[in-house]
Amino acid sequence: MSAEITPPADPHAVSSAWEDPAGIVGFLTSVDHKRIGVRYIYTAFVFFVIAGLLALVMRAQLAEPKNHLLGPGAYNQLFTMHGTLMIFFFNTPVLAGFGNYLVPLMIGSRDMAFPRLNAFSYWIFVLSGLFIGASLVSGHMPDGGWFAYVPYTNPTFNPGVGMDFWGLGVVFTGISTTVGAVNFIVTIFKMRAPGMTLNRMPIYVWSMLVFGFMVIFAVPAITLAAGLLELDRLFGTRFFDPTGGGNVLLYQHLFWFWGHPEVYILFIPATGMVSTMIAVFSRRKLAGYLWVATALVGVGFISFGVWVHHMFATGMPAMAMSFFSAASLIIAIPSGVLFFAWIATMWSGRVTFTTPMLFCIGFLVIFLLGGVTGVMVAVMPFDWQVTDTYFVVAHFHYVLNGAVVFPIFGALYYWMPKMTGRMLSERLGRWSFWVMFVAFNITFFPMHLLGMEGMPRRVYTYDPSLGWDHLNLLVSAASGFFGLGTGLTFVNIAWSRFRGAPATADPWAADTLEWATASPTPHHNFTAIPVVASRHPLWDKGALTWAETTDDPAGRSLGPDGARTRTTPWTSGADTRPEGHLRVPLDTVVPFLLACAIGVVFLGLLVDRSVIWGLGLALAAVNGLLWAWRTELDAV
Amino acid sequence: MLLAAAGPSILHGDGSESHRLVGVWWLLLGLAVVVVIVVVGLVVVALVRRPGPSSLGDDWWIAAGGVALPVVVLLVVAVATVDATAHLRIRKPDELRVEVVGRRWWWDVRYPGTGVVTANEIHVPVGRPLDIGLDSDNVTHSFWLPDLAGKVDLIPGQHNDLRFTVRQAGVYQGLCAEYCGLEHAKMHFLLVAESPARFETWLAGQRAGALDATGRTVFEQSACAGCHTVRGTEAVGTKGPDLTHLASRQTLAGDTVDNTAAELRAWITDPQSLKRGALMPAVPLSRAQLDAIVAYLRGLR
Repeated sequence: MSAEITPPADPHAVSSAWEDPAGIVGFLTSVDHKRIGVRYIYTAFVFFVIAGLLALVMRAQLAEPKNHLLGPGAYNQLFTMHGTLMIFFFNTPVLAGFGNYLVPLMIGSRDMAFPRLNAFSYWIFVLSGLFIGASLVSGHMPDGGWFAYVPYTNPTFNPGVGMDFWGLGVVFTGISTTVGAVNFIVTIFKMRAPGMTLNRMPIYVWSMLVFGFMVIFAVPAITLAAGLLELDRLFGTRFFDPTGGGNVLLYQHLFWFWGHPEVYILFIPATGMVSTMIAVFSRRKLAGYLWVATALVGVGFISFGVWVHHMFATGMPAMAMSFFSAASLIIAIPSGVLFFAWIATMWSGRVTFTTPMLFCIGFLVIFLLGGVTGVMVAVMPFDWQVTDTYFVVAHFHYVLNGAVVFPIFGALYYWMPKMTGRMLSERLGRWSFWVMFVAFNITFFPMHLLGMEGMPRRVYTYDPSLGWDHLNLLVSAASGFFGLGTGLTFVNIAWSRFRGAPATADPWAADTLEWATASPTPHHNFTAIPVVASRHPLWDKGALTWAETTDDPAGRSLGPDGARTRTTPWTSGADTRPEGHLRVPLDTVVPFLLACAIGVVFLGLLVDRSVIWGLGLALAAVNGLLWAWRTELDAV
Repeated sequence: MLLAAAGPSILHGDGSESHRLVGVWWLLLGLAVVVVIVVVGLVVVALVRRPGPSSLGDDWWIAAGGVALPVVVLLVVAVATVDATAHLRIRKPDELRVEVVGRRWWWDVRYPGTGVVTANEIHVPVGRPLDIGLDSDNVTHSFWLPDLAGKVDLIPGQHNDLRFTVRQAGVYQGLCAEYCGLEHAKMHFLLVAESPARFETWLAGQRAGALDATGRTVFEQSACAGCHTVRGTEAVGTKGPDLTHLASRQTLAGDTVDNTAAELRAWITDPQSLKRGALMPAVPLSRAQLDAIVAYLRGLR
C-alpha cells in the first residue's frame, strides 16, 4: 500500500540547503510553507479562543432575562468582535493554513509557487489581527456588527475610532486573503508533480483551487464596501450617506456579494477535508470523483448568485428577489451530490471509527440540518418571518460552526501527526468529539425555536413576559460545554507534543502524497519528486516511483539534485510536463518588513495622521523595490 | 409587556401573511423531517452494515440521492414559494394607511388625513387590509409583528410598504428586527387590533387635541416641550414621541415598561436607568414640577 520513502542522497547537503536560521531570525524570515501553514493554524486558533470566549460572555448575559452583566454598549461590541474574529481571523485563515501546509505536499512539490508571498500573506494576517485586536485591548471595539451596515456605521451615528478598526482591519486582512488565493491557484496549476493531471488531483486540492478562485472574485467586493465606508468616515465622502445622495442598499449589495460566497469559501475546503477523511476511513476511493469535483466548481459559481437572500426584507421588488430565491434553492443540488458521494463511499467501504472520522460523521448530521434550514430561509416569504432572528443564528452556526469547524477539528486529528510527528490521543479525541457534538446541538438547536418565538438577533436583553427565558438558559448552559469540548482538543494537542506516540510516515494508510514523506515532514518535503500514475498514488499496487533528474533543463530539479539545490519543478498546467524549475527563495525578512510597512499605513489612517500613513507608504515602496530587486538567491 | 400569556410566535398565524406562512412552514418542516430521516437513516445504515460492495453503483447513488431527491423536493418548495409570494403583500381596495417612521429607539405612528400622531402603539381594525408605510430618517430598522406578518426594513432614503390584514382581534407584540444601535433590544411596539367600531372611536379620541388638564403650563415651560408635541398646546417639539394622548397608551419608552404613574415618574427622572442609550435627557426638575408633569401626562387620555 504505502510507498517507500527515498532517503536523501546526501542528507547533509539537503538539510543545509533548506534549514531556516535558528531562533527569532528564522521565525521572522522563514518562507517554508509548512512553518507558515502551521503558524497560520495556531494563530487562527488563538482568535478562535478569543472569539469563543466573547461568545460565552454574551451567553452569560442572555442566560436570564433583564440580566445586568453587560450593558447594551458592551454587548454590541462583543457580538461585533465575535463575528468579525470568527469569520475574518479564524475560519478563513485556518483553512488557508491547512491549505498552505497540505497543497504543496499533496501535489508533490517542495514549496508553494510564491514562497515569499506566502510569508507576506501570513504576516499581513497576523498584523491585521493584532490591528483589530488592539480595539479589544484599548476598549474601542467596533459595535456595528460584523456586517457593519450603514448608515449606523456612518460617522454621524457612530463617531469614534471603533468602526475604523473594523473598516481598516477588513481591508488590511483582505490583502492577505487575496495574495494567498493567487498563490494557491498558481501553485495548483503550475507545481503539480509529473503525472498528476487535473483529473488525478486530490479532491482537497480541487477544493482549495475553488477556494482560491472564489476569494479572488469575492474579496474585492468587501474591500470596496469597507474601503468606501472608510472614505466616508475618514475623508468625508458620502457613498453611503443617504442625506448626501449616498445609497444604503449599495453597501448591503457589496457586502453580501462577498458575504455569501464567503460562506462557501469556508465550506468548500471543509468538504475537501471531509471527502479526504471519509474515503481514507472507509478504506476505499471516494465515490463519484468527477461528480464531487464538478459539484465543488458548481457551488463556487452558483454561490455568486444568491447574495440577495440576505436582503429579502429590504423591500426590493419581489420579481427581482425571486431569482435569488431560486438560485439559493438550486445550490442544494450540488450539495446533495457531495452528500451522497460521501454516503456511497461509506456504504460500500469498511468504516473505521477514528476520531477524525467521528468529526466527519458529526459534520454530516450537522451539515444536513444546516442545509435543510438553508432551504427554508431560501424560501423568500418564509424568510420574511425568520430573517434577523435566532432562527438564522441557529442556521448559520449549523453551517459555519458545525459544517466548517467540525471538519477542521477532524483535520487537526488527521493531519497533526504529519505536522508534528506525533499522534493525538484517540481517547481524549473521542471525548472532545462527543462533548462538542452533544453540546453543539443543545446550544444551537433551541435557537431555531427562539427565532420562531420572535427573538430578534443582536438583543442584549429581553423581558421575561416574552417567554424566551427557559430556552435561553438551556442554550447558555450548553454553550459552556461546547467550549469545554473544544478545550479538550487543545489539551490533546499540547499533550501530544510531549507524550504523543510517534507518527509513522503514513499512520492512516492513506492515499495522498503528503503521506509519502516522513512525519514530521522534512524541510524539503520530497527528496525526489513523486511520479503520479493514478488518483490514489499510495494505494496503487507496487511502490510509488520517484522522478530522476534529467539532463533536459526542464527536469533538473525532479530528482534528489533538486532537493540539494533548493529547487522544485514546475510543470505544464494540464498534462504536467516538466517545464522548468523554481529556485525556492532563501529565508528573507522582506515580506515581514513589507507587511509592517503596510501596517504603518493602516495605523496612520486609523489615527488620522497623514505623516504616519505617508511614511508607511514610503516604507512599503522601499520594501517592494527591495523585494523586486533581490533575486531569490540573495539572503536578505 | 402586556402579553404575559405566551409571547409572540410565527406559528400563531393571526394575520393574513403569517397565516399563509404557517402553511408554508408545515410544508417545509414536513419535507425537512422526511429528508432528515431518510438521509440520516442512510448514513447510519452505511456505518453499521456489514462491509461489502453496494448493489447500487456509486453513480446511481449520487444520481438518485444527490440529484433526483433534491430536485423533487426543491420543485415542491419552489411551487410553494411562488404561490406564497404571489398572494402576499399585494395592494387591496379600501386599505387603511398607517405611516410608521423608525426613530432611535421608538416608533412614530401617523394616520394620514386624520392628523392623528401617536407612538409605539398602532391601532387597526380587524379584517381591513392595511398598508403600513415604513420610513426612517436615521439608521435602518425592521418592522416585525411575528404573529401577523414577516419583516420589512425601514431604510433611510427608501420608502417601503407592508400590506396585510389582521384576522383576529388582540394586542400583538411588535419588534425592531434590524440592529439599529444601542437600544435595539428595547425598540418594541404594540399593535392593537380591534373591531372597526372600536377603532373608529379610538381614532376620534386621538384626533382631538389634548385635554386642558392642570400642569399644562409647567409642561409647556419645561424642557419637555422642546422635544415633545402635545397637540393643542404650545409644546410642539418633534425629536421625541407625540404625547397628546399618552395616558391612552399601554406602555412607555418603546414598549419597555407598563404605563403606570410610578414607571412614568421613574422614566422622566432618569431615562437612562431604564434604557441606557435613550436619547431623552434627564431634565432637572423640582419635585413640585415633576409632580405636576406626571399628573398632567397621566391626564392626557
